[in-house]
Amino acid sequence: MEIKQLRAKAKEIRRHIIRMLGRAGSGHPGGSLSAADMVTALLFREMRLKPSEPDWPDRDRFVMSKGHAAPLLYAALAERGFFPVDELMTLRGLGSRLQGHPDMKKLPGVEMSTGSLGQGLAAANGMALATRLDGKDCRVYVLLGDGEIQEGMVWEAAMAAAHYKLDHLTAFVDHNGLQIDGPVARVMSPEPVAEKWRAFGWHTICIDGHDMEQILNALSEARTIKGRPTMIVAETVKGKGCSFMEGQEDWHGVAPNPEETEKALLEMV
Amino acid sequence: MTEKIATREAYGNTLVELGRENRDIVVLDADLAKSTKTIKFKKNFPERFFDLGIAEQNMIGTAAGLAAAGKIPFCSSFAVFATGRAFEQVRNSVAYSGLNVKIAASHAGVTVGEDGGSHQSVEDIALMRVLPGMTVFVPADAVETAGAVRAAVSLDGPVYIRLGRPAVPVLHGPDFRFVPGKGVVLRKGKDATVIATGIMVSAALEAAELLAKEGIEAGVLDLHTIKPLDVEAVVAAARETGALVTAEEHSIIGGLGSAVAEAVAEHCPVPVKRVGLPDRFGESGAPAELLEKFKLTPQNLVSSVKEILTRK
Repeated sequence: MEIKQLRAKAKEIRRHIIRMLGRAGSGHPGGSLSAADMVTALLFREMRLKPSEPDWPDRDRFVMSKGHAAPLLYAALAERGFFPVDELMTLRGLGSRLQGHPDMKKLPGVEMSTGSLGQGLAAANGMALATRLDGKDCRVYVLLGDGEIQEGMVWEAAMAAAHYKLDHLTAFVDHNGLQIDGPVARVMSPEPVAEKWRAFGWHTICIDGHDMEQILNALSEARTIKGRPTMIVAETVKGKGCSFMEGQEDWHGVAPNPEETEKALLEMV
Repeated sequence: MTEKIATREAYGNTLVELGRENRDIVVLDADLAKSTKTIKFKKNFPERFFDLGIAEQNMIGTAAGLAAAGKIPFCSSFAVFATGRAFEQVRNSVAYSGLNVKIAASHAGVTVGEDGGSHQSVEDIALMRVLPGMTVFVPADAVETAGAVRAAVSLDGPVYIRLGRPAVPVLHGPDFRFVPGKGVVLRKGKDATVIATGIMVSAALEAAELLAKEGIEAGVLDLHTIKPLDVEAVVAAARETGALVTAEEHSIIGGLGSAVAEAVAEHCPVPVKRVGLPDRFGESGAPAELLEKFKLTPQNLVSSVKEILTRK
């Protein structure tokens, strides 16, 4: 998919996110919208996938470590053909495969059950070790939140990925600067983020996480790096694409009401 | 029957056999390979052994990813860390995700000895038993350990295996067949049954021997699987002997004693006496001294059986 199409696809995914959350009446819009461009680039351009065969052993893997962005993951997987788009509107409902946070046992395309923050990178490391043992050329991708990296386990996994030279592993930090209790830098500052990953032995690239060209370039660069994993620190805006949500911490975990849903969708035409 | 082997030693040996038989088996440790005996696997299959350093949470999370990609990971550390430090990783990344991760933790119970209470896990059975879908094995000897480790490979899903530090008597012959979820009646009784797990099985057998000399016929039921519990065997023991004593090197809260009490309360209420740690942590000392101090001895099982007989 070309850049122009990717941008259109990201917009479509954002519209799904708003519709899903409006219907569900709860969920996390801010962090879903901030990471939409990166996830679109991964699923529609970067990754080797077979939606008709979700367990295909040679597939690339994507772990949504910040599982609160489940609506984004679901919208992208549905658009990519892993399950019917209509099913998106069942989000968070009783009996739905689209649980409040991703459940790998229920939904095809979900590589790891996440939602308890800080655990996705370790799982991705395990997948990277396994595919390397099997002699496969699979790549593994992870998306972390900038609040999420306050979890100590993230740094255990950061150390291990570099120690085991997982150069087929590429991670993003969605650096939108906000978490539930306020600005990340004020709640518990993880800064300087890029320097920390560099110090842990990762090849580190800083980009604008809404610039599709920069996202694709960073992913291409990651493929050329040997002997260490790559971290893409992506500067993003929480709630990106919806004017009244952008940069507002209160839209971390609140769904839009019907009027707000309507208003947001009008902005995303 | 006097041969003694630590269950952790048997675990290490069985891992090596399995490593030869099954290329999907991988082993993870958190800087305790020499103690947990995974070092034996490391020496034979270095490319399939991953030391995660002193980072148990990451070890469990990494194992989840390996399992998600088709491997059969065994994770080892001390029981206190594998189940306690990494509890939430075991809960969410392994059990909730239904992944095929085997957690084989050594140094469970007070027989850790001199390292003291910080390192003596007396709550791991409770922590693992409460997780949906988790199988819990507590082997009594080297033979049961080999059986439990092999059974863990054939079961698809998370398994916890509780292992100990000290050498313990080998109770079973080579023809013993380990059947997951099936208790082993080691001695038929009439007056009471001692239901034991782990290293307390041999103490229970000794106690039954001592009681027999006094004319009391105590049965011994070995439950190497705490979950799924062999309710049928527990209820049969309750029906046939009318009184139960449970014996475990673990807190009396949440472990074997609780599981047995829950089962008989629902299906066949009879007097139950739980022998184990009475809601307290362990402490430093020689393993034998600690077993004595915490009344995890054949002599105490004898008095517990006598006590329960007065309540029938």
